[in-house]
Amino acid sequence: MFVCVLSCFCVRVSRPPVCQPYSHGAMNLSGPHPSYPQQYGVQPSMQQMTNQMSGMQVGSGPLTSAGPGYAPPPSSEPPISAAYSAAAPPSYTQAPHPVSGAPSQPPPPSEPAAPQPYYDGPPPSQQQPFPSSAPPPSQPFPSSSPYSGPPPSSQPRAPAVSRQQSFPPGPPPPVQQTFPNSAPPPVSQALYSGPPPSSQPGPFPPTFASPAQYPAAQPPSQPGPPHFHSGPPPQCPMPPPSMSQQQANPLPPGPMQQPPQPGMQGGYPTQQNGAFGQPRGPQPGYAGPQYPGQQNYGAGPAPTPAPTQKRLDPDSIPSPQASELPAVQKFRHRIDPDAIPSPIQVIEDDRANKSSEPFTTGVKGQTPPLVTTNFQVKDQGNASPRFVRCTAYNIPCTADMAKQSQVPLAAVIKPLAMLPPDETRPYVVDHGEAGPIRCNRCKAYMCPYMQFIEGGRRFQCGFCSCVTDVPPHYFQHLDHTGKRVDCCDRPELSLGSYEFVATVDYCKNNKLPQPPSFIFFIDVSYNAVKSGMVNIVCQELKTLLDYLPRENPEADSVVRVGFVTYNKVLHFYNVKSSLAQPQMMVVSDVSDMFLPLLDGFLVNVNDSRVVIESLLDQIPEMFADTRETETVFGPVIQAGLEALKAADCAGKLFLFHSSLPIAEAPGKLKNREDKKLVGTDKEKSLIQPQSGFYSNLSKECVAQGCCVDLFLFPNQYVDVATLGVVPVSTGGSVYKYTYFQAEMDRERFLNDLRRDVQKPMGFDAVMRVRTSTGIRATDFFGSFFMSNTTDVELAGLDCDKTVTVEFRHDDKLSEDTGALMQCAVLYTSCSGQRRLRVHNMAVNCCSQLADLYRNCETDTIINFFSKYAYRSLLNTPTKTVRDTLVNQCAQILACYRKNCASPSSAGQLILPECMKLLPVYLNCVLKSDVLQPGADVSVDDRAYLRQLLSCMDVSESHVFFYPRLLPLVKLDGGSLPMAVRNSEERLSKGGVYLLETGLYLFLWVGANAQQELLSNIFGTPTFSQIDPNMTSLPELDNPFSQRLREIIDSFRSQRSRYMKLMVVKQEDKAELIFKHFLCEDKSASGGASYVDFLCHMHKEIRQLLS
Amino acid sequence: MRGVEWRKRVAMATYQEFIQQNEDRDGVRFSWNLWPSSRLEATRLVVPVSCLFTPLKERPDLPPVQYEPVLCSRANCKAVLNPLCQVDYRAKIWACNFCFQRNPFPPSYAGISDVNQPAELMPQFSTIEYIVQRGPPNPLIFLYVVDTCLEEEDLQALKESLQMSLSLLPPNALVGLITFGRMVQVHELSCEGIAKSYVFRGTKELSSKQIQEMLGLTNPSASGPQGRPAAPQDPAVTCRFLQPVHKVDMNLTDLLGELQRDPWPVPQGKRPLRSTGIALSIAVGLLEGTFPNTGARVMMFMGGPPTQGPGMVVGDELKTPIRSWHDITKDNARHLKKATKYYDALANRAAVNGHSIDIYACALDQTGLLEMKCLSNLTGGHIAMGDSFNTSLFKQTFQRVFSKDHNGEFRMAFGGTLEVSTSRELKVSGAIGPCVSLKAKGPCISENEVGVGGTTQWKICSLSPSTTLALYFEVVNQHNAPIPQGGRGAVQFVTQYQHSNTQRRIRVTTVARNWADAQSQIQHIESSFDQEASAVIMARLGVFRAESEEGPDVLRWLDRQLIRLCQKFGQFNKDDPTSFKLSESLSLYPQFMFHLRRSPFLQVFNNSPDECSYYRHHFVRQDLTQSLIMIQPILYSYSFHGPPEPVLLDSGSILPDRILLMDTFFQLVIYHGETIAQWRKAGYQEQPEYENFKHLLVAPVDDAQEILQTRFPMPRYIDTEHGGSQARFLLSKVNPSQTHNNLYSWGQETGAPILTDDVSLQVFMDHLKKLAVSSAA
Repeated sequence: MFVCVLSCFCVRVSRPPVCQPYSHGAMNLSGPHPSYPQQYGVQPSMQQMTNQMSGMQVGSGPLTSAGPGYAPPPSSEPPISAAYSAAAPPSYTQAPHPVSGAPSQPPPPSEPAAPQPYYDGPPPSQQQPFPSSAPPPSQPFPSSSPYSGPPPSSQPRAPAVSRQQSFPPGPPPPVQQTFPNSAPPPVSQALYSGPPPSSQPGPFPPTFASPAQYPAAQPPSQPGPPHFHSGPPPQCPMPPPSMSQQQANPLPPGPMQQPPQPGMQGGYPTQQNGAFGQPRGPQPGYAGPQYPGQQNYGAGPAPTPAPTQKRLDPDSIPSPQASELPAVQKFRHRIDPDAIPSPIQVIEDDRANKSSEPFTTGVKGQTPPLVTTNFQVKDQGNASPRFVRCTAYNIPCTADMAKQSQVPLAAVIKPLAMLPPDETRPYVVDHGEAGPIRCNRCKAYMCPYMQFIEGGRRFQCGFCSCVTDVPPHYFQHLDHTGKRVDCCDRPELSLGSYEFVATVDYCKNNKLPQPPSFIFFIDVSYNAVKSGMVNIVCQELKTLLDYLPRENPEADSVVRVGFVTYNKVLHFYNVKSSLAQPQMMVVSDVSDMFLPLLDGFLVNVNDSRVVIESLLDQIPEMFADTRETETVFGPVIQAGLEALKAADCAGKLFLFHSSLPIAEAPGKLKNREDKKLVGTDKEKSLIQPQSGFYSNLSKECVAQGCCVDLFLFPNQYVDVATLGVVPVSTGGSVYKYTYFQAEMDRERFLNDLRRDVQKPMGFDAVMRVRTSTGIRATDFFGSFFMSNTTDVELAGLDCDKTVTVEFRHDDKLSEDTGALMQCAVLYTSCSGQRRLRVHNMAVNCCSQLADLYRNCETDTIINFFSKYAYRSLLNTPTKTVRDTLVNQCAQILACYRKNCASPSSAGQLILPECMKLLPVYLNCVLKSDVLQPGADVSVDDRAYLRQLLSCMDVSESHVFFYPRLLPLVKLDGGSLPMAVRNSEERLSKGGVYLLETGLYLFLWVGANAQQELLSNIFGTPTFSQIDPNMTSLPELDNPFSQRLREIIDSFRSQRSRYMKLMVVKQEDKAELIFKHFLCEDKSASGGASYVDFLCHMHKEIRQLLS
Repeated sequence: MRGVEWRKRVAMATYQEFIQQNEDRDGVRFSWNLWPSSRLEATRLVVPVSCLFTPLKERPDLPPVQYEPVLCSRANCKAVLNPLCQVDYRAKIWACNFCFQRNPFPPSYAGISDVNQPAELMPQFSTIEYIVQRGPPNPLIFLYVVDTCLEEEDLQALKESLQMSLSLLPPNALVGLITFGRMVQVHELSCEGIAKSYVFRGTKELSSKQIQEMLGLTNPSASGPQGRPAAPQDPAVTCRFLQPVHKVDMNLTDLLGELQRDPWPVPQGKRPLRSTGIALSIAVGLLEGTFPNTGARVMMFMGGPPTQGPGMVVGDELKTPIRSWHDITKDNARHLKKATKYYDALANRAAVNGHSIDIYACALDQTGLLEMKCLSNLTGGHIAMGDSFNTSLFKQTFQRVFSKDHNGEFRMAFGGTLEVSTSRELKVSGAIGPCVSLKAKGPCISENEVGVGGTTQWKICSLSPSTTLALYFEVVNQHNAPIPQGGRGAVQFVTQYQHSNTQRRIRVTTVARNWADAQSQIQHIESSFDQEASAVIMARLGVFRAESEEGPDVLRWLDRQLIRLCQKFGQFNKDDPTSFKLSESLSLYPQFMFHLRRSPFLQVFNNSPDECSYYRHHFVRQDLTQSLIMIQPILYSYSFHGPPEPVLLDSGSILPDRILLMDTFFQLVIYHGETIAQWRKAGYQEQPEYENFKHLLVAPVDDAQEILQTRFPMPRYIDTEHGGSQARFLLSKVNPSQTHNNLYSWGQETGAPILTDDVSLQVFMDHLKKLAVSSAA
């Protein structure tokens, strides 16, 4: 085998303005960067070559060394790593920071460029990249040859091997160092040698495919033999066992089929084959590279097992072949991680460029700043991005274009989003008794897109073009530009978001609504009492009830409250103010739930305060000795529903529940957790609800405006997938506190509860999205219920809930008019007023794909993709879902490459500027617990996360998939330290890092952290004395501690859920959990590293292109 | 009391004493005090050999004995040793007078001799009461089932009555509370702090087992590992819903005080939803599960008809009125059959467990007693019917449930069983009264079933001293089988019951009557006729039939019986009505029948179905005196002409210068004649010179008070006058001797005409005579 390719891999991020954005440096790999040479300094020749080839290219030598580092979990995947390492260095032009790139490269070693080889490396890439560097390519090989020598040595060197393995997962730093420094030759050799053993392939076919092999691939197409050492055929023999799986991948059918090619099959997983394209097929040499990614990407759910077996550590196994092919060079091209698009950089850039100026919404089709950027919004006629974010702000004029690009057209709408204090909340408009002015035909509400004509007597609807008379009381003259004179005085004519006061016509049964009610249902079975939950809830409610939501902060809340406790029977409480003591009413007939009392169940807190407090004091006592372990669940919701029905109001149920409801009652569940199903086609049955009972129930709940919030305190399987059905369909939330312990989890639970109770929300809501002719809302994601295809019904809608709407063309759009959408949400406010909130959004239409790609928002696309994928899990095998995702992204990028990017070598990966993070984020989605669960992820956790994501907004999903990792170095000043990328190698042993995932906060403490730092944070200078169980930091009187706690607090306040703080000491057991969130690395469950995935992506794209 | 005296006066002199003595001592009144010696003769007598028996007749002079009765050793006899038995003192052997089995005395009777006799052998102890020790004493149980769909005023009054009743209960009695409206709430009484109750939906029928499960009464751990499944549980521990009064007195008083009206809104034009059926089934289920075969009283207070769930009597639409007789005859009463069946089943369950159910129904309209009557009828419970809980009628009645006798013990007994043994010539046909059959087989069961028959044992879940059963016998001796000379027929009544002081007691009454040959001794037999008892006995039969047959059929049957009786005993010349005469012992009987025909027991006109059920309920359980009053109300006349006197129940007795006091058992009417009324209106009684008038006015009121004091249930007290609307109570009862039809022929002087087409007693008698003497009949 040979090795590889020279650089075949260019990552080019094409920015709209062509390459300029690359300003930093040549995005093109081809452009030799001075930096590279430096890095690779060790082996000048090699590097040079590579450099020439493409900036990014990996010097064979160093790269290789890196390769090992990459190896994913040492145990199972060593081979993979090897493969990667072999991979040619991806030239990630991305290198916006060429500079940084250079320095960082050293580390890259750990991340071998390996992937490239697999993906693109082989075939065309070589050629293309070469253009510039054409000559060099050949060079590498030669250089490689020298290495060949080493291989043998490496084998013997057991230690080296082991190290390599260890690196991937663990201590990156050392690795890196070693590689760069360590005698390049030996080390690298060793590493390489591994690969070459590619011969190993024999035994372990696919996996082994050493990077070197890839190169082989190239030869086929190209004569450029020089570049590639045609590989040792041996590789071919190794049929990748994994192949079958991979074949299943949802890659475009065409290319996929190719695998038949003999050569290809041998080494490549189907995907790869596709990628390589026909030319290679024939080439025998190709055997090579199996790419680790396979498992991760398309591979079935059960990633680990199969792969493990296949992959052996190449290094550890002396392969005869290796010796046979001494001459062969095994090059590993590493991709410099710093050279690939960096989320951090993108975020920082956006922050730097966009946070200073307020974002005005007046200009149609303008992409807003990223969610990570702090910016102010001025509403000038379009809804603020805090309310509506679109995947694309220029949408294709025709369905064909849209289909070609595969860019999803969707809006992520958060209708009741909270605005920062410096932005005004939507004005309330009252159009009087007749109600809001609307278009006669499509019923769109008055908005800035309505065109007044005939001197203001009529208006033409911007959505359907129908002309409607202006009612006399609304008449106003027009000025010379055709605008109404009062345009600026009326929010509905000048703003993107506002509210109407709804009239009685907009109310259920034509009756003005009652103020909503909150009902608290507390599980008082043995587990709930023992965990301390009952006690905590009762204590907390006493004060919390003073903070029920209200619109006027001065007035008392009009929300009424009720209380129920339950185990396998329900206990209702009469807390009427006139009673001296609360009264308990037990309903044991759970098979046919009903409300046992009317008067005195729902009360005003102030009136009944004494009775309520007495009740809350007594509940824990009453059930302190309970032995009842069984609970019901369905009847509990039914009871709440009945109560709201009886009171004729909407409301919210708060359920504090502990266990699987196995007591005899409607909605009884059985324990169906079966991990063996994970990874099979039946996997989806774990995510689907057990029975239709709860979906029927939720229908009734929605009809009544009964929103259900579920707080779970499970000690074992509770079937979140089923229990969550009602909350999810009613606009409620599910909170889960597994193994709840009073001391540890109290804060998190209470903060969640407080926020959940207090947060502003609307009830009994209906949302409809109207669009201008040509597009149409076709699909909706979120926590709601739909009984028809247009109305999104939400029993409750709080300020954190997001509804995602997908649009499809049903006609042509015109560039002149653009596309309009109006999202109207009819809801009952917490004071019982019926309101209509309207968000308007206008976007441009484009006939050029380039415009589309220039105005996309990756975060939103990822948000949409993840929701789409998570929902698909209900009906589709996980593997298919993952493959579909990969494929669609590949198509998006391929389409760009094909239609928008300037011609360049096929080996170059060219990404649109707006989407340059798509691969890394997509990888995070693919690696998420839901799509690729590790062995330790419970079925419940998956269901929980799945439901959680369905109503996340973009900023939450962003941090959820790509956590924020902050080095805690200097904390002075008001600004946050710049985040670092989520990779283990970015962590310094001497540092302390804060990681925010949206659900958790981790404080990672390096083993060599400075004593001063530790003292400042923990009050102890000794690493070993830090208590890993602490949930909050000690309040120390030093600026560092104060600032750190401030930061933590501010992080928490930004999220809708309280993030529990976990202190993770390096090399502690808990570190595994922490590492799980380092999403650029390979994951323990088999998820690919960023680099690997990028290579995979590249290959997919190339496959599509060819 | 006056009535009794008066009645005694009219009764036949010779037998009168005998009958009275028997009634006082044994609580037994036979229709015939000489028994025809053959089946054939007996049937020819028309009125069957039968008796009214009051098992717990108050006998202040009868001290109970503290030992067990001695039983005949024959397995299917088990008669109790009694004064009629032949005893061989030397051999210490006694012969059973029913089966002639010779039994040795038990060892404890070793010292017996003709001078040293145990009480049960002495003739004056034909009725004797034993106290027996069997098992631990069971506390009495009172379970209140309270309707909360009441007007505020009513509910308040009811709450006060209930609270008051707590002080009347025996301190160790267990008490429980169930309230119902749209839902049914079973209140837990044992808890401190929060008041707990279990709530049930009012529309869903639950099995007894489900109820117990839902109330948490089936505690699997209760039977425990010791393997004593049915271990005697401490009731106070096992049932949180039934607690000793003395423990939960305060709690319960507060709980009752806080009772609220059913909070569920009642829309315009609807009745409140009342889950009476479910409430009762839960009450029955609760007791069934916790205290089977223990004396218990479910006391249900309801203010309207059941409107939902099983046992619903009427829908909640006000526009649909509750069923009337008209609907029933047209088969138009939708819920009638279902509801009746439902309550019937409940009643039987309760009866099986020895629990009785009282119904206190207070409402202006009907409440569904027709459907629910069996609850009380089968279990010996009371029914009280009134217009409102806020009336003295209800309050007094309820209070009187807890009245005490001279010993300070409650006049109630529980879990009674009555067993009847007869000598060979006689068999038992059945019983009519507040009882259910225990389906006990025995040698003396007649195939000819009358009332509740086919058994010799009946269960009477609740007894009061006045509870009276009518028992019907059949003479089975064949005509050609002579009765031994001097032989007597004997009947033994053995009543076992739980005394209100929780003792188990057995009362044994043994009576005997002479046989008489109807051929030769017909006069004797005739003179032994007890026309009062017979009237009641026949009336009970009529009422019993009326429950299942059409009204006119029953009347026709009664008429035929009467005519046959007259034919048998009347003296007349064929086809000459004027020659018809009846002997003194039968002279009043036709008149009783006349009034019975007009009574609400058989006439549905002017009475709602509920009222009929109510009247019949009381009629089939009261003793003879009260029953007679019901059949033929008593009328006293007060005037300046002399002391108060009983007068004929006739329109002729209604005179302007009289005050009339009528007692119909259910009503007490004081009627002021036209003149008196005018005087009273003019206020003469206020003037000192007319003090005598004042006394005259007061006299009937005082007498009425006397009756009111003792009557249970408390009668409706009506003070009215000539022309008053309430005078109808009087006018509907009196014999309409003067009507608008014959007014002029009768002259102006006497009485008040009644506007009715009913026949008068005179017309009735004329017809009777004509038919009796007719040879065609």
